[in-house]
Amino acid sequence: MGAATESPKRAQGGHLTDTAANDGFVVFDRVQKSYDGVNLVVKDLNLSVGRGEFLTMLGPSGSGKTTCLMMLAGFETATHGDIRLGGKPINNIPPHKRGIGMVFQNYALFPHMTIAENLSFPLEVRKLGKSDREQKVKRALDMVEMGDFGGRRPAQLSGGQQQRVALARALVFEPELVLMDEPLGALDKQLREKMQFEITHLAHSLGITTVYVTHDQTEALTMSDNVAVFDDGRIQQLAPPDQLYEKPENSFVAQFIGENNTLEGVVTEITGDTCVVRLDDGEELDATPINVSKVGDRTTVSIRPERVEYNKERLQEGAHTLKAEVLEFIYMGDIFRTRLRVAGNEEFIIKTRNAPDVDRLVPGQQIEIGWLPQDCRALDA
Amino acid sequence: MSDTTDTGPVLAADGTPLKRSLARALRRQKMRALMLIAPLLIFILVSFILPVGDMLYRSVKNDIVADTLPRTVVAIQDWDANSGELPDEPVFAAMAADLKDAASAKTHTKVGTRLNYENPGIASAFRKAGRKAKKFDIENDGPWKEQLLDLNKAWGDVEVWRTIQTYSPRVTQGYFLNAVDMKVGPDGAEARPESEQIYMNLLKRTLWMSMLITFSCIVLAYPVAWILANLPMRVSNLLMILVLLPFWTSLLVRTSAWKILLQQQGVINDLLVWIGVVADENRLVIINNQFGTIIAMTHILLPFMILPMYSVMQTIPPTYLRAAKSLGATDWTAFWRVYFPQTVPGIGAGSILVFILAIGYYITPALVGGTKGTFISNQIAYHISTSLNWGLAAALGAILLAVVLVLYWAYDKIVGIDNVKLG
Amino acid sequence: MKVMKTLAATTALTVSAGAVSAQDMSNELVLVSWGGAYQDSQQKAYVEPYLAMNPGLTVTWDSSSAEAVAKLRAMEEAGNVTWDLVDAVASDSMRLCDEGLAEELNHDEMLAAAPDGTSASDDFGDLLVSDCFVPQIVYSTTFGYRNDMVGDTAPTSVCDIFDTTKYPGKRSLQKRPIDNVEWALYCDGVAKDELYDVLGSDGGMERALAKLDTIKDDVVWWTAGAETPQLLADGEVVFGSTFNGRLFSAIAEQNQPIGMLWDMQSFDLDGWILPAGLPADRRARALDFLKFATDTQRLADQAAYISYGPARASSAPLVGKHAELGIDMAPHMPTDPANAGNIHVYDYEWWADNRDDLNAKFEAWLAK
Repeated sequence: MGAATESPKRAQGGHLTDTAANDGFVVFDRVQKSYDGVNLVVKDLNLSVGRGEFLTMLGPSGSGKTTCLMMLAGFETATHGDIRLGGKPINNIPPHKRGIGMVFQNYALFPHMTIAENLSFPLEVRKLGKSDREQKVKRALDMVEMGDFGGRRPAQLSGGQQQRVALARALVFEPELVLMDEPLGALDKQLREKMQFEITHLAHSLGITTVYVTHDQTEALTMSDNVAVFDDGRIQQLAPPDQLYEKPENSFVAQFIGENNTLEGVVTEITGDTCVVRLDDGEELDATPINVSKVGDRTTVSIRPERVEYNKERLQEGAHTLKAEVLEFIYMGDIFRTRLRVAGNEEFIIKTRNAPDVDRLVPGQQIEIGWLPQDCRALDA
Repeated sequence: MSDTTDTGPVLAADGTPLKRSLARALRRQKMRALMLIAPLLIFILVSFILPVGDMLYRSVKNDIVADTLPRTVVAIQDWDANSGELPDEPVFAAMAADLKDAASAKTHTKVGTRLNYENPGIASAFRKAGRKAKKFDIENDGPWKEQLLDLNKAWGDVEVWRTIQTYSPRVTQGYFLNAVDMKVGPDGAEARPESEQIYMNLLKRTLWMSMLITFSCIVLAYPVAWILANLPMRVSNLLMILVLLPFWTSLLVRTSAWKILLQQQGVINDLLVWIGVVADENRLVIINNQFGTIIAMTHILLPFMILPMYSVMQTIPPTYLRAAKSLGATDWTAFWRVYFPQTVPGIGAGSILVFILAIGYYITPALVGGTKGTFISNQIAYHISTSLNWGLAAALGAILLAVVLVLYWAYDKIVGIDNVKLG
Repeated sequence: MKVMKTLAATTALTVSAGAVSAQDMSNELVLVSWGGAYQDSQQKAYVEPYLAMNPGLTVTWDSSSAEAVAKLRAMEEAGNVTWDLVDAVASDSMRLCDEGLAEELNHDEMLAAAPDGTSASDDFGDLLVSDCFVPQIVYSTTFGYRNDMVGDTAPTSVCDIFDTTKYPGKRSLQKRPIDNVEWALYCDGVAKDELYDVLGSDGGMERALAKLDTIKDDVVWWTAGAETPQLLADGEVVFGSTFNGRLFSAIAEQNQPIGMLWDMQSFDLDGWILPAGLPADRRARALDFLKFATDTQRLADQAAYISYGPARASSAPLVGKHAELGIDMAPHMPTDPANAGNIHVYDYEWWADNRDDLNAKFEAWLAK
């Protein structure tokens, strides 16, 4: 977990960052949280979010990600450890003095106020003058293209519109940090994709630091600079989306992010950055050792479906091959999805692009599949 | 599309106008709905609307005089009460004949009781006359003026005859006038002397105290409902039983318990004297006055305030408060600007319940209200069960009903009745 | 001698009961009374012996006497009178009679004569205040006082109620004008036999209320008979008016430190009325029971359970000891000569005429 505190490297997008200053705008330092005094919901959490960074906390429900967000917002107190914002510990600062914008799962727009009043609320409690308020409210509404809706009540808006208003309200008082708690969960797929783009765009153009919580991996991958994968109260991996997908560091991350084929076996040989794994049916294959330490360890070998090749002509040099039987072929438009039996595993999936030169496999067909050892990662069992 | 709009009515598939076939389809639905609610409708009609209608009618109904004294009512029409002279012989003769009939039908005392409400003393005049009237020989015993005057000097009182004349019609405004502290005088409606004015003051007091009770219910219920709504379900259910506990105790027992607590030699005064806050000879008077009524009734009606508040608060997600705080509001601002406005429908529903229940209460005010803590309902109860002046009771009830409707209307105008939620 | 009389009465009764064919009488009897100790005394003195003589009969009690007039009127309007005999105070019985809700009775024909042959109407005498009414008991509204709160000199006059210097502290009075205004006028110097003339004259009620004004701040007003004994027991009041039977039970049965003030006690009557228009079989049963329950011995028997005086003159000598305490009941009767030295006889007819009017003035005064 030491990797978690390392400065994250931007892997995509054209956003400029100053690594030294970014280091630790939001910092969780050995934070623990327990509700009942018996079980830890958050276990020894260390995390650093740089200024202007878009960080997503991703994990299944109950993994501790929302608790972390609530501690950052000030609605929960850490049982142990420090949370720092801009270098200052904020454990004892009440939520209303933290100056953090927040977007809630169900938007939490105040139903008895109009949209404009909702936006004006944070400015009023900050005692801004009337003209100042009106100007800022207008600017914020225009920013989310809701300029004409100021006089309406939340109940009169669609889900997507409410979402925009919630975003505008969280930004209208110009906070340096915005927290979002599964803000797109209630929207339908198309709208969600549109909003994903808008939110990232807005966050980057305003240069605002964002901590985003979701259980939707696609959302996490498409929006974030960095993703922290939570499970069992710990960060399992903190990395940019591409690394997370291509180089999962343990079998949880491999399984949780994207689709993944697994084969069980025992490590029989380790030499540098390759190892040999004997599968349970006796077959041996080459793999990249990630978190296996010695010969004799049980391991789960992970291969992404799109890295598996069955066309012999396309197999690359050094690829390892295995026999497989086609069990099911599914036409999905842009891709074909084929289920195979490989080394006793009947849920082995391969994906192929729908191209003119690609054969369509037939159930019952015996084929040979192969992959490169570097795409085949030996992870914890 | 365009051909249907400009060539007359839209037709259904079978050629009938669409509107008519829709109406037919809807009529069957309506009939079915009507059948489903019919039992309740009939029940409400029989057990509520009809009795209320009957009550309202009683407040103006005055058949008894014309029915019992048919001849007198006709004969006395032309008499001028303001002349100061007694009616002429024909009126007395008519009265004698009516009395004879009434006495044998045993209805003379009823009409006497009715007229006695308006003019004390008439009851005994009729009761006494009735005993002799059976033996009247209408043809031969005249002149009746002298006969009746001999029987009872009340018959020589112009005011008695004026009362009979005033209350001859089958419909009267007398009960309503009485209910607003007025009466029918020689020159029409006039105010009663101050020493007999009670109902308007009582009505004002009833409304004012009911408002105080409603207000103290709001103040006490709000935090309780808040706690209930924010506790885990298991704990809040347990506490809810405590809230509902008063419902399971008889009203009389609860009220008597307040007496024991609040009286001058009661538990609270004993405690205060023991602590030394109050001197033994200056024990507080906190019962048998308005204070006692307010305390006891607040206690009794509190659940009616807590329940709607609780069910409304339960529907308000805690994220609103969190949102407000994250936007920079202090705890108080978040409560006052965000949480409280959303609970107003619950307060409204609870207030309407409590207020309407309060203005109709009479047992508790009678027991702990002393002289200044009683309500207009106590007078209604008195006229229903003791004086048997049901017409006046009906008039008072009708006024109370009207006041409630006016307040309801005002509430609708000010707060909006849509803004009332029971959960 | 007494035994002989009782036997004779019982025999006469059995004979007369036999005169009406048992088949013509309903086997159910619904009696209405006040509940509590009073209803118990009726159960023991009248109903239990009557049931012993009529094994097939079922008697049901309804403790609704307090609302009897209103309920009976409502029943009559609904055309379904379910009561067979109703226990009512004299003023209520007059109202029921006036309203035609109670049947007018021929007392001599329907009721048992005294053992010595005196007719029922003569035996009841003046107490037959209404043609519909058969009196059972004479009770009085009078004062009890706390022995330990009146200093060395116990009150002897009703006018001590109005003396707040001599007897400081609260007093409890019934929340109605009846009795209170009479006492007020009496203590304001009006002669007893002029009370109603003064009260009926202009300013009479005002004079009474002015007298009551002098103690208004010290009065706790009661509505239920149980309140005064409780207030006295709690030490909330020094004096309190209530029914004499209530005070008797507080003193004799509960040993409370309470004394009786019999001066100007206000006599009142309680008795039966027969609802008008009963079906023949129920009416026959009700009359049969009425005759039994109001004979000389039964009225005397009731006094063994409660300290109210029997309404028949012939019953007075037969009053014995309390059924449980074994004390002589005669000295506790409001009618006992030692207690009835200065009594107030309240004028039913006058109040029937003026009650509503005076009540309005009284309520207006209370609210001031």
